[in-house]
Amino acid sequence: MNQNILTTHVETSSDTGIRTEEMLLNVGPQHPSTHGVFRLVVKIDGETIKEAIPVMGYLHRGTEKLAENLTYTQIIPYTDRMDYVSGMTNNYVLCHAVETMMGLEIPERAQFLRLIAMELNRVASHLVWWGTFLLDLGAMGPFLYAFRDREKILDLFNELCGARMTFNYMRIGGVKWDAPPGWIEKTKEFVQYMKKELDSYHQLVTGNEIFLSRIEGIGKFDEKTALDYSLSGVMLRSTGVNWDLRKNEPYCIYDRFEFDVPTGTGGDCTTRYHLRMAEVVQSLRILEQALEQFPSEGEVLGKVPRVIRPPAGEAYVRIESPRGEIGCYISSTGKDKPWRLKFRRPSFTNLQILPKLLEGQSISNMIAILGSIDIVLGEVDC
Amino acid sequence: MTEENRKPTPEEKAKAAAEAMAKARAAKEAKEAAAQAEASTPATESAPASKPVSEMTPEEKAAAKKAAAAEALAKAKAAKEAAEQGEEAGSDADAKAKAAAAAKAKAAAAAAAKAKAAREAAGQGGDEGGDDAKAKAAAAAKAKAAAAAAAKAKAAQASGEAGGEEETPKAPSKNQPYLDKYVARLTEAFGADVLEASYINELSKEVPTLVIQNERWHDVATFLKNDEQLAFDYLSDLHGVDYEDRLEVYYHFYSYKNQQSVAVKVKTGREQASVASVMDLWQGANWNERETFDLLGIHFPGHSDLRRILLPDDWVGYPLRKDYVQYDEEV
Repeated sequence: MNQNILTTHVETSSDTGIRTEEMLLNVGPQHPSTHGVFRLVVKIDGETIKEAIPVMGYLHRGTEKLAENLTYTQIIPYTDRMDYVSGMTNNYVLCHAVETMMGLEIPERAQFLRLIAMELNRVASHLVWWGTFLLDLGAMGPFLYAFRDREKILDLFNELCGARMTFNYMRIGGVKWDAPPGWIEKTKEFVQYMKKELDSYHQLVTGNEIFLSRIEGIGKFDEKTALDYSLSGVMLRSTGVNWDLRKNEPYCIYDRFEFDVPTGTGGDCTTRYHLRMAEVVQSLRILEQALEQFPSEGEVLGKVPRVIRPPAGEAYVRIESPRGEIGCYISSTGKDKPWRLKFRRPSFTNLQILPKLLEGQSISNMIAILGSIDIVLGEVDC
Repeated sequence: MTEENRKPTPEEKAKAAAEAMAKARAAKEAKEAAAQAEASTPATESAPASKPVSEMTPEEKAAAKKAAAAEALAKAKAAKEAAEQGEEAGSDADAKAKAAAAAKAKAAAAAAAKAKAAREAAGQGGDEGGDDAKAKAAAAAKAKAAAAAAAKAKAAQASGEAGGEEETPKAPSKNQPYLDKYVARLTEAFGADVLEASYINELSKEVPTLVIQNERWHDVATFLKNDEQLAFDYLSDLHGVDYEDRLEVYYHFYSYKNQQSVAVKVKTGREQASVASVMDLWQGANWNERETFDLLGIHFPGHSDLRRILLPDDWVGYPLRKDYVQYDEEV
């Protein structure tokens, strides 16, 4: 803990004789609006936040240390538990790093399955964000709708890999299981269903004046600040930077599909809200194309050595997760276990700007600002 | 014949027992030594160990923890040494047994070959049989030679792959011009000795990689960010790696202006590991540097608030170091 935050200032007004005192407010770690075990110590003067100090590590499991004693395939389930709202992108970033080092070819069908899984997961992740963000602001209804529809995606995942959240679906060189019969059709139906649902989401929330007045113009920052703080994903795009790794450094087979990168210039919570909603539309667009072009047959796991040993050396790859840029660094000595494995977690990096955003804000905006960053604590603490 | 499925001879059993005893003795001695060391320190300092934890001042707590950590380290060392000694002895015995077995197998094979030759000569009686045997032998020899050659070629290939880019001539990478540009700019501004190495990392999507002299890192970082032609305005990743003989901090920068990446590595010793902070240039380095400090014990002079971030403040040791020993087994 930073020591100077613990000293609060007391003063008595010379005009009125009223004694005022700064107060410390402890939020979390067990607080529903922190979306996990995140703790925030804020010093408030009346209702104005003077200083905020994030305290984390309550969910630190030492994934990177554990990985040093695991083979690459054994690490995959650990990645599910980092960003547990979007396990598929985490699966992918690890596999992608190893495959990049080994120069492996991924079969066509596996590429499609990976992409479909990742995009479905992006929609699911944004639904969780939408529901909980509104719940934080006091609206119970949207949460129920969001989780109802997200559950449909989780059911699809369940059919695909036998798990709702801890997928362990991807493997070095492909995916573990092929899509079961009829799964592609079901997913197609879901995409159409979700498109319609999205309209009702907008009707329910987006035009609501109370909601808008709570998020308009708060948590604002500009492009320069965003780059300075290493922000990524929607946090970066909300300041006008047109940057999406799916577009700018294409991986998997994203370069084959048409989609836009929603970009806003407001830099505030409203912009981030609109961007995430627009991203769901784009993800559904990618899904539509991918499901249409899905190869009728083919291998789902490429020809990979029985024991996976990337050549000695190091590699860093980054991809676009729903929360931003997720990276994976591997230092290999040519053995079947990594010498050092490091994940660049977007939640961790994006959260850095929180104290700056909270300074001088009203205490009632705190939860809205935190919610708009969209963090997952499993990923912050890793 | 592997060690596991071989039944130990009585001799070996005795040896193993002796080794185990030696190990136990070593561990005990280490413990006693640690206890002595504790006892011999002045009373004021050894006091924390006898006090219940709840009554200790923070300093005393820290001292007690340090002592505990030191003890754990000593124990681990002693155990490791003992194990190593045991291993050596074991491998000696193993080698002997193996040699004996090999000799036996050789003799048996020779006898079998002799018998076979005799049988063949007797059975087929003529020169034909002899020719046949000869031909067979020749074919076998050929096959063997071919296999050996293939193995050699494979090994050569493998070593070539492991050796890196220099050994196999390749077309220059698409990023080679960028690397040349970075090197030229840096050499121009700081002289050639600021770069310890520069290469294209083929494994990492051909990212240009620079290894920068530790002492001048902050100046170089400032230049990387502010120079018009480089303009690396975005810090994508920052973390440390323990290579046992040294620590390294790895940076991945991106320039949105030039749409180009660069990887930078800065080395530091394991004792008093320190790399200049770049938090004043990229705010995003703040928590990443704290995490690196927390898990690897690398100090970042210039950081405004360098303290642990994921682990509790009173944690002892740096878990991502390769020689890390947990001081409290309960955790």
